[in-house]
Order: sequence, then structure tokens, then C-alpha cells
Amino acid sequence: MSHAPAKASSETRKQLFRVWRGDKTAGTFKDYTATVTPGMVVLDVIHQIQAEQANDLACRWNCKAGKCGSCSAEINGKPRLMCMTRMDELPTDMPVVVEPMKAFPLIKDLVTDVSWNYDVKKKIKPFKPRKPDAPDGTWRMDQADVDRVQEFRKCIECFLCQDVCHVLRDHHKHEEFIGPRFLVYTAALEMHPLDTEDRLADLRKSQGLGYCNITKCCTKVCPEHITITDNAIIPLKERVVDEYFDPVTKLFKMFKKKT
Amino acid sequence: MSRVNVPLPQPRSLAETSRQDRWWVQPLAVFLGLTAFLVYANWAAFQASNFFASAAHPTVSLFGGTKSVAHYLSPMYSPVLYDIPGMTSGHAWFGEAPSWLVSLWDFIPGSYSPAFLILIFPAGFRLTCYYYRGAYYKAFWGDPLNCAVGEPGFRGKKYRGEAKLPLILMNIHRYFLYAALVFILILSYDALISYWFTNPDTGKGSFGIGVGSLILTINPILLGGYTLGCHSLRHLVGGKKDCIGAKGLRRTSYECVSCLNRGHMKWAWFSLVWVGFTDFYVRMVASGAWTDYRLF
Ligand code: SF4
Ligand code: SF4
Ligand code: FES
Ligand code: FES
Repeated sequence: MSHAPAKASSETRKQLFRVWRGDKTAGTFKDYTATVTPGMVVLDVIHQIQAEQANDLACRWNCKAGKCGSCSAEINGKPRLMCMTRMDELPTDMPVVVEPMKAFPLIKDLVTDVSWNYDVKKKIKPFKPRKPDAPDGTWRMDQADVDRVQEFRKCIECFLCQDVCHVLRDHHKHEEFIGPRFLVYTAALEMHPLDTEDRLADLRKSQGLGYCNITKCCTKVCPEHITITDNAIIPLKERVVDEYFDPVTKLFKMFKKKT
Repeated sequence: MSRVNVPLPQPRSLAETSRQDRWWVQPLAVFLGLTAFLVYANWAAFQASNFFASAAHPTVSLFGGTKSVAHYLSPMYSPVLYDIPGMTSGHAWFGEAPSWLVSLWDFIPGSYSPAFLILIFPAGFRLTCYYYRGAYYKAFWGDPLNCAVGEPGFRGKKYRGEAKLPLILMNIHRYFLYAALVFILILSYDALISYWFTNPDTGKGSFGIGVGSLILTINPILLGGYTLGCHSLRHLVGGKKDCIGAKGLRRTSYECVSCLNRGHMKWAWFSLVWVGFTDFYVRMVASGAWTDYRLF
């Protein structure tokens, strides 16, 4: 940040907010002056504006604890959770800009229609475990192998990574690319020690893994700090290389299948 | 996946953003850093001289002032398969280039300097490295300029990413990795012999430590940290398996590579700068501009 964040002051202060107001047809930024008290987060201010100055301001939220993934927006240009962005980390000498996510259709004000994501999820082949290892129907796995996919299960489906990904945001490849969130989801299934399903063909063809050009923007915005690019996407890319682009591993696999 | 029933917002235009931080610093730094290295590496590779220390400019002992000849070789010219006729480096694997090779040489494109044949490998390795890819896509053709910053509009929905030609070719990265692993061995050997100095009068060799020895030693260490943290290597040593296991060689290798991989960006830059500096140092010593000192 080029501007000094406010000192963790104990004082109440005024802060200018610039909030996007509009729907799918038209919209504009509107300025509001809010009263900021210590400990407030951006979502508190939005609620204050809603209560005192703009009763019709639409925003989505639920848990106010960074766990439901509803309050995603763009704050000072960065995709973030409104409930987890503290006022004292934002610059005070300029308006705080709050806008809806850009990679999804706008419904109203700060609320976007994220239902595309749910449709994408349905197209991913579900978990298919191998036969149980023990007669009582249970399995045996090494903890270390489970730990690897555990990271991916922290996802709260805030879709901030989808929002920042330029393949969706700027290139609108919603038809051909599933986005980082669902690459993480696929990685969790594909690398699971018990899973036997093969998702590589889908990844390469209909799900557009190749569109990701590893800019790591998704990793930077993830509020759960999932190492999306390095731990999920690149390992999937390497598996696709094994299957489709590396003549040596291909030969090796053919040979293995025959014997 | 076609459930976009209301229109998507208009993509932003070039460099348009609500970000208030200095988002342009990072891509600009990458642009300048890589450009500077490319310019230097090309210049150095064109020289075809001053890439090894020789008796013309011997190393001087810091204590005692006696002179000895170091065996430093620039990493940009290693390995020397054949010596350029009339230039005995002492590093050639097969001696002086035979006449048939010299006459053939003129027909090979890029034959002005043997360094280009060597540099194809490390250059290809870095060009296809996952870290550098993400970084130079931003810095060199703004795809995107930086996260949540508008792109040049011409790509639009025609964007191909790495899904189609030409960038689909990035998938050969692991083959460059194999070459890079061999290069670490070669450069480690160069580091090893940099501790050997020859007395110009008697022709006898002895162990010693010169400033150049230290520089040539740090080089394969940084390159090793970079190469051994490669994403493709991480996949090959264990990542490709769903069950790596709790113990054993595969688990240990996977954890080691993963550990280096977390700092891959830093290793990438430090090793890049150091390769350039090592060449520069050897070049300065070889040309006599700088004197190499022997500490021991
Ligand atoms: S790393 Fe890939 S998936 Fe993540 S934001 Fe960049 S292009 Fe999108
Ligand atoms: S991966 Fe992270 S950024 Fe993406 S939806 Fe899940 S929690 Fe949000
Ligand atoms: S309100 Fe639940 S994550 Fe912000
Ligand atoms: S990913 Fe960077 S060297 Fe392989």
C-alpha cells in the first residue's frame, strides 16, 4: 500500500465511502460519509450506511466471521471479504471504494449472481473410492497423504479467486474454464488417496485447465490462504502433461497397461 | 456451464483498476530485471572470449603476493566441448576443435559463439519455468498487467492461454529440467576445480581458495536450490502419486522438493543474478580488468 494505514486509534472518526450503486442496466458510484469506531470492519460500515443513509443498499452477508463466503466484494480494487477487512488497515486519506465482484453478473449494488459456480460444480465427477481395505468396510490411509488434500477442503466458496482470475474476469471464458475454485475442488478429489476416478480428460478438454496462465492472482486473494496455484493447479497441469504431452510417460503407461 | 443469463460486467480497459497500491511496481521490476539479464547474457555470449581465467592475468595471493593460475570458467560457456582454435582454455573435453567442425561451424546458425548452443538449455528451462511464466506474462504482455487490473482489450474472448499453440508448448518444461539437472553436475565440477591453482613457473598444482572459487561455488548452490525446487521435479519425485506414503525415499524427496518449491521465486531470482555475476567476474579477471585474489 502506498498510503499509511490508519493507526490503531481509539478514536471515532469520519470516513468517506464510495459505494457502487446500480443494477444490471446502469449504475454509478455514490459517496457516503460513515462514522468509524475502533474495531469496525468494512461490512459494519456498509450496514451502517444501509441503516442510516441508504435503506435500499443491497449486500449479501451471513456469518460475519469469514466462514460463509457471502460478503465477497472488491475493496479498494482488491477482491476481499467485507467482514474480514478491518477499517484500520485501509488508508484514511482517500475514499474507501467498495464494488461488486466483476466476474459475475450483477443483480443489485454489491450483490452478484454467483449461480454459474454451482452449475460448474455439478459437472465435476464425484468422489469414487476404491473398494474398502478391511472386511468391515473401512479404509487405511497415511495421515501425510490425507494432509495434502486437507488444505483444499478449507475453501469457503467465497468465489473471490474466480473473481480475480483474468480468464473469467477479463476474457469471460465461463463456458470453457471452470476457474481456480473448481480446480482446487478437482485437485481435492483427484489427489485423494482413495479416489479412483479419472478427471484428466475433462480438465484438459471441457474444463480448460490450459487457460490458466499461472499468474497466481487466485492464491493472493484467497481468504483461507489456500496455495491454489502451486499446490492444486500446477500439480494438475503436471498430471495432464503425463497423460497428454509427455511421449515417454505415455509409452511407459501403454507398456504398463499391457503387462 | 452456460448459466450466464444476465450480462457480465464490461471488462476494464488497459490499466484501469480501483487498486490504490503501486500495482505496477512488480511487473515493472520483472520487466527491467529480465530485460537487463537478457541484454547482458546476449552480449556476454557474443564475446566468445574472456570466459576463462588464464596465465595472462594470474591470481595474486593476498598474503605473500605470489602468483598462480586459476581454473575459473564462466558458467555461460560451460561445458567447453572443443576449444576454439588458437584459444587453449584448459577446459575442453575433447581438445581443440577439429578442422571439419570449424568448417561446418560456419553453416550452423548462431555459430558466432559456442555459448549460444549452451545457453539454449538454461534459457529454455527458465522460459518454461512455471514461476517465470506467470511473471513474464504479466510483465511482457500484460496478460493481465497485474491482478484485478484491466488488460489490453484486443485478446478479449480470443484468449488462448496455455491451452493452445503457441503456449501449449510450455508443457515440455520437464525435458529442460532433465538438462538443467545435468548442468548442475557440470557447474559443480567447475566449482570444484576452481579450488585448484597452478604455479606458472613449475607447472605444479595446489589447493587454494580464491575469491573466484567462492563465487563459482555459490553459483551451483543457488542453481541447485532453484532447479531442485522445480514444480515438474516435485511432480516426478512423488507429486504424481495419490499415495506418497508416510516414510521412505519418495516421501523425503517430495518434502525436500516441496520445501525448496515454496521459495521458488526467490531461488529463481538469486540464481539468475548470480549466474550473470559469475560470468561477469570471470570476464573481468580474464581480461585483466580485475585482479583475482587468493585467500589461501
Ligand atoms: S493462477 Fe490461473 S486460475 Fe489463478 S488467477 Fe491466475 S490464471 Fe486464474
Ligand atoms: S479457494 Fe479460496 S478464494 Fe477460492 S472460493 Fe475457496 S476460499 Fe474463496
Ligand atoms: S459474512 Fe460470512 S464470510 Fe463475510
Ligand atoms: S517450475 Fe520453475 S524451474 Fe521448473
